[in-house]
Amino acid sequence: MTTYAKPRPKKENRIRVKRGPLEKQEARAGVMFVLPWIIGAAVFLVYPLFMSFWYALNNIRLTSEGMRFTFLAQGNFTQILLSDPDFLPELVDYLLSTVISVPVIVVFAMMIALMLNEKIKGKGFFRLIFFLPVIIVSGPILNSLTEQNAGTISVIDTQAVTGAISSFLPEVIATPIAGLFSNMVTILWYSGVPILIFLSALQKIDKSQYEAAYVDGASGWEMFWKITLPSLKPMILLNCVYTIVFVSSNDQNKLIGLIKSAMFSGTSEKGYGYASAMAWLYSLVVLLLVGIFALIFMTRKDRYEKDAKKADRKAKAERRKVLKIQRRQARHAKKYNRPTVR
Amino acid sequence: MQRSTTVPPSAETRAETAAVTRRINRDRIRKLLLGTRDRNGMIKLIAIYGLLICIGFIYLYPILYMISASFMTLDDLLDSSIQWIPSSFNLDNYRQAGASMNYGNSLLQSFLIAGLPTLCNLVACSLTGYGLARYKFRGKGIIIGLIILTFVLPRQITMIPTYSMYANLGILNSVWAFIVPAIVAQGLNAPIFIMIFWQFFRNVPQALVEAAKIDGAGHFKSFFSISLPTAAPAFITVALFSFVWYWNEFYLTQLFVHGVLVESSLTTLIIQLQNFNTNYSSYAQTAASGATNLNESIKMAGTLIAVLPLMILYFVLQRHFVESIDRTGITGE
Repeated sequence: MTTYAKPRPKKENRIRVKRGPLEKQEARAGVMFVLPWIIGAAVFLVYPLFMSFWYALNNIRLTSEGMRFTFLAQGNFTQILLSDPDFLPELVDYLLSTVISVPVIVVFAMMIALMLNEKIKGKGFFRLIFFLPVIIVSGPILNSLTEQNAGTISVIDTQAVTGAISSFLPEVIATPIAGLFSNMVTILWYSGVPILIFLSALQKIDKSQYEAAYVDGASGWEMFWKITLPSLKPMILLNCVYTIVFVSSNDQNKLIGLIKSAMFSGTSEKGYGYASAMAWLYSLVVLLLVGIFALIFMTRKDRYEKDAKKADRKAKAERRKVLKIQRRQARHAKKYNRPTVR
Repeated sequence: MQRSTTVPPSAETRAETAAVTRRINRDRIRKLLLGTRDRNGMIKLIAIYGLLICIGFIYLYPILYMISASFMTLDDLLDSSIQWIPSSFNLDNYRQAGASMNYGNSLLQSFLIAGLPTLCNLVACSLTGYGLARYKFRGKGIIIGLIILTFVLPRQITMIPTYSMYANLGILNSVWAFIVPAIVAQGLNAPIFIMIFWQFFRNVPQALVEAAKIDGAGHFKSFFSISLPTAAPAFITVALFSFVWYWNEFYLTQLFVHGVLVESSLTTLIIQLQNFNTNYSSYAQTAASGATNLNESIKMAGTLIAVLPLMILYFVLQRHFVESIDRTGITGE
């Protein structure tokens, strides 16, 4: 049986149904369930978002009567970007280290998941170990462990590694990579959830695909690239986004600490407004990062779907053309009193 | 392959059989090492086990180090011959760390500060997830988009107006600063939880819901008696993760509950750990009896007891943690 795209009903033939009372009632019930979220989003998302933008455009000083606003327009932003000694270097540092560490975490998680997906004994035990960090990863604990140098493995001579890296790479790139090595353990600790997500996705891949590929003579290597990886692609995106969000919101990220300290700084030019402007810049960078990863790993629509859409568009254009001609004929008929030719 | 003949085999046939046996043996060894279609080869298995054990050790290294260091006395720390195993089973570090962190009180408050918002999260996120999964209404796409956006958007961007809002409402520096947003499904990582519930309720068979409707169940009745009982795995997952994440949250807890400039009486173990150095020095001054100077061991003991409740929770409920992601169906069906 061949499958054709179901012909869509033409616009003029499509029957427009007014929503009946039952459907309306259903919709109302749905809104009822979501209502808490809607209220919450209005109070804790939309309103603070607008306010924080307004704050960012102002200098705010806390007085005994409340907040005193002085409108600055882009003043806060220019000050942060041009004269803040910490923010811009930290931002660049954050950007580089995230861009480097996120792929490391995700690739590492995928490798572990692939190994755990083999037929091995003690799978549960290994899963237990690899998931353990999820419950421990928090800023103060990581800080306390890295302080005592427990974040690096003393067996591996990290000094030698970083020295070797910085000798043949420019300093801008070498520093984050060296940082990666010196904090290897804590970076790998972020991969707990991604490992489980990959593992769960791997177990859901249809086994018959592998069998068919085997019959066709594919090697394991080919099967990985043609079957496993494409099936995991949506999960790669999910894990990248998850990792970015969690690395960014962890206390090891110095930027968010900067924002907090700016918020409570007593100096006249800093304060809520300045901190809000910082938060906006930082958020834009995070969104940009997520956007870049999303662009790379977004699943593209397959060929068939694309063609169907194209044909649809073409048909629509044709129909519009026909309609246009008909309308013109009608107009002319009226004008010259000639019978319409159909 | 040995032929049992009375005639002694000639030299030629003997050589032939030997060659055949050798080939078979070689084949068997090759199969054992490289594996067949159904079975993994020895080489591959050794490589996998070796890698997993090595990486597992790297994973556990900080934790093992923490445990080992926390038992050491000052002499053990300075003694370079002692690497891993302390010379004596020394619990003094724990006693001092616990006393300086005000352990009992902080533990209780940690449970409250993580537990109450978790309950609210469960209620609010399950309702929202159910509404999105079960009903069609206008603007649903926008809501889902906004939920994803709130997941990606850093909390710092809404934090400052929220802070002043809480200050105006008078709920700053109290547990309410965590509970109120959680009631309206805006708690910590709530987008993830809504997604989990959404995924889960989508898989409740529509036939069940329709049958309930025909039998005269209203919307809430069908939620409570049809969908809720099937969603136990989702509830367990969300409860565990929400608890762990609230427990480990430092940034927002310090801002909203503990207080930055004016510190409230509320505190959690994680906050106590962050302020360990100052806490310890003030403790050492007041209780001069037996309090030694802060050293690595005491710090490690403090770190360990700060995560100990979660570790116990993890090892008791390990199955629920490890299978959580499988069960929620985030990865699709």
